[in-house]
Amino acid sequence: MAFKTPKNILLGTVLVVTSISGMAFAAGGGVHGDYKMKHPDWSFKGATGTYDRAAAQRGYQVYREVCAACHSLKYVAFRHLGDKGAPFYLEDYPNPSDNPYVKNFAADWQVADIDSETGDEIERPGIPADYFPDPFPNEPAARASNGGALPPDLSSMVKARGNGADYLYNLLVSYDVPKPADVELTPGLHWNPVMEGHKIAMASPLSDDLVSYEPVEIIDHGKSKIVDAPPATVEQMASDVTQFLAWTADPKLEQRKSIGLMTIIYLLILSILLFLSYKRVWRDVKH
Amino acid sequence: MSGPSTYEPKYAAAKWMDKRLPIIRMGADFMTFPSPRNLNYWYTFGGILALCLVVQILSGVILAMHYVADVDKAFASVQRIRRDVPFGWLLQSMHAVGASMFFLAVYMHMFRGLYYGSYKAPREVIWILGCAIYLVMMATAFLGYTLPWGQMSFWGATVITGFFGAVPVVGESLQEWLLGGYSVDNATLNRFFALHYLLPFVLAGLVGLHVWALHHVGQNNPIGISEKTKEDTLAFHPFYTVKDAFAIAAFLVIFAIFLFYLPDALGHADNYIEADPLKTPAHIVPEWYFLPFYAILRAVPDKLAGILLMLGAIIVLFILPWLDTHKVRSMRFRPIARWFFIFFIFFCFVLGWCGAGTPDDIAVPFGKNSGITFYRVSQIATVYYFAYFLVILPVLGLIEKPLKRPDSITKAVLGDGKHGETLAPAE
Amino acid sequence: MSDSSTTHATTEPEDGSKRDFIFLATGATAAAGAAAIGWPLVAQMGKAADTLAAGSIEIDLSKIAVGQQLKMLWRGKPVFVRHRTKAEIETAENTDISDCPDPETDNERLVPDNNGNLRPEFLVMVGVCTHFGCVPVGEAGEFDGWYCPCHGSHYDTSGRIRKGPAPKNMEIPPYVFVNENVIKVG
Repeated sequence: MAFKTPKNILLGTVLVVTSISGMAFAAGGGVHGDYKMKHPDWSFKGATGTYDRAAAQRGYQVYREVCAACHSLKYVAFRHLGDKGAPFYLEDYPNPSDNPYVKNFAADWQVADIDSETGDEIERPGIPADYFPDPFPNEPAARASNGGALPPDLSSMVKARGNGADYLYNLLVSYDVPKPADVELTPGLHWNPVMEGHKIAMASPLSDDLVSYEPVEIIDHGKSKIVDAPPATVEQMASDVTQFLAWTADPKLEQRKSIGLMTIIYLLILSILLFLSYKRVWRDVKH
Repeated sequence: MSGPSTYEPKYAAAKWMDKRLPIIRMGADFMTFPSPRNLNYWYTFGGILALCLVVQILSGVILAMHYVADVDKAFASVQRIRRDVPFGWLLQSMHAVGASMFFLAVYMHMFRGLYYGSYKAPREVIWILGCAIYLVMMATAFLGYTLPWGQMSFWGATVITGFFGAVPVVGESLQEWLLGGYSVDNATLNRFFALHYLLPFVLAGLVGLHVWALHHVGQNNPIGISEKTKEDTLAFHPFYTVKDAFAIAAFLVIFAIFLFYLPDALGHADNYIEADPLKTPAHIVPEWYFLPFYAILRAVPDKLAGILLMLGAIIVLFILPWLDTHKVRSMRFRPIARWFFIFFIFFCFVLGWCGAGTPDDIAVPFGKNSGITFYRVSQIATVYYFAYFLVILPVLGLIEKPLKRPDSITKAVLGDGKHGETLAPAE
Repeated sequence: MSDSSTTHATTEPEDGSKRDFIFLATGATAAAGAAAIGWPLVAQMGKAADTLAAGSIEIDLSKIAVGQQLKMLWRGKPVFVRHRTKAEIETAENTDISDCPDPETDNERLVPDNNGNLRPEFLVMVGVCTHFGCVPVGEAGEFDGWYCPCHGSHYDTSGRIRKGPAPKNMEIPPYVFVNENVIKVG
């Protein structure tokens, strides 16, 4: 009996956990029948996965030069780019506001402000503490510029869709899938097999060589390393910007996994010790 | 089974205190509380649940220090907690995953109570308090889920407050009174926050009563036979403190796996989108722990009937002690009831599965393009759910012949005639 | 059935005897874990990343007339920038600081500009009384500097405490001259 019940509990727990996970995952997926989802081997997946710094840095460039024309990133500040676990983190700059990348990128954007002397609305170069500016002053303006559709904020986009990284990547690379003959599109909508309902207001945002990649320098195990620029194909850009947006959605992923590993090792040791204590306390007692 | 206190204060200060407020005595009696010696691991979920409540209250109070209950700022404040507050990502995840873990443990605890007949005399009040705890837990979880002000928060709140709109005559006024407006808005968010902060303390109070009642009548045990002699019991400490501690540590491993590696597995992607009163998400489903009730709600095509049925599914738990009249507590000695109980668990899972599905989709396919829809499956499962409590248990109470039971816990454990072993814990 | 040799269920481990290594190790491990989980619970109350990154402010000195004081908010506290008159500067410089509770010369309370020169006409300080944090009133008190109405602290034209319960001079915030006329606080 003593051995039977722990096994039952374990079995029960596994059953319950898998079925609730199953239920949670059950809702989702509206991909068109003819389209086969691609599943890139994301570096940040798995128990020890981390972000691909070089790809995320290129992804920032894609966001800056392409997506940012319409999509805000309003919960992300420039200083976040230099945080630990972020694409532009440098060990020498523990305070992200001092990080030279961060300072340069911030200054590269124009941020709306109020002149403290005159009260006029002005634009000034950003500082690390600023958040990524919204490309449109308000929602009606955003809709007016986009045929009535509102470009969603991208800060948490990868978390806001089931299997978000794959969703985003496939959405971006599937514009060339031909539209089935029986589908009618209203003007201003585009065929996309990955989009919910398969009709999307956003025109294909990427085309080959839309951005010109340059080699990026990353710090790998304390050593500076130059990563050559890959050809700027649609797939490459889609993959890079997905890396970047995966980071904006889950900036603490690397801390989370490393603290998680330590915690679980600790808990396993504690469980074993407690089990031994339990056996010891109950040594002479039948139950 | 709470016999006379055996605590004797040793030091002068302890004696002084014991005459004025016997709080040390209370703790000591708690620790020496005689518990049946045959409790198995299913009985560790009480301790696990106590820990869950502490985790939720601690992390919740902390989150309240950073959260802003305002429709324009709530979503952003949660983003700030996840991005900028020191360890905010950890505490926010802990609270969200913790809610799921709390329900996971409470369901285990309830199934255990059902199987071993822990609701039967003299433990009816323990059971009813437990049902009240479960009800308050559900209310707290629902209110809390509204606070991040994501799409699921908003639409969940809209749908659930809509239940009150189904009440005849006064429904609409009641719903608007509850919302403080025509729809879920700032007034709603603020009162939900206030109540979400309050209810856990109500919960703690109910838990206190639950444990008090338990200590008054004594624990049930897997064979369901009351303790008769001191040989039947062991001191709570160290025997069950160490066993509970081991179970808690093992449970925390599962908690940690979700917290650190699958923080979103039990949530909905839509809740990472800020609430939008103009757009309902395509698949609107509650959190997993409400899915069985959601399936019951949708099992009838009438709004009011659905709500009454769902309410009935909870109320039936409260009156269970008077529905199951069989004199034997543990299903270990009820071979027929045991099978019905296994089916009951199976159908609870079926209900959960139906709650997650779309009613008109095919659940069980027969050939191409035909089969049984989730709607029909949920009806079958709902019928079984109610039949189990309202028909099967009462009828079995009258006709089921139990297996032969041992005379006492000690005999069940040791067999007849084995004596001489010590009941003191090993050093 | 009840055997007289069996001890009661309520028996506790014999205190003081050899404690088992396993129990010790378990207790120590559990205690370490409790301490480790305590840290995030405490640390979360510290300054969040956005608070730490709160921007600095720039102040244009050329717009402050002689004898005027500008008040601006920095990190949630007022910063005073006073364009002092000749008389105020003289009084500040000629004070015998040995009488002061917190002796500091006027020059020690100034920051040199880009050319290394002090600009005694501009006094920049955090306008918070060092007693209990009220905001002192300007051109008031027995020393014609600042006077804190809460508990009666008198500051002179250099912002030094001269009389009353406040223990220290008003604080000088970190600031630099961006150019001849603009300073950056923070």
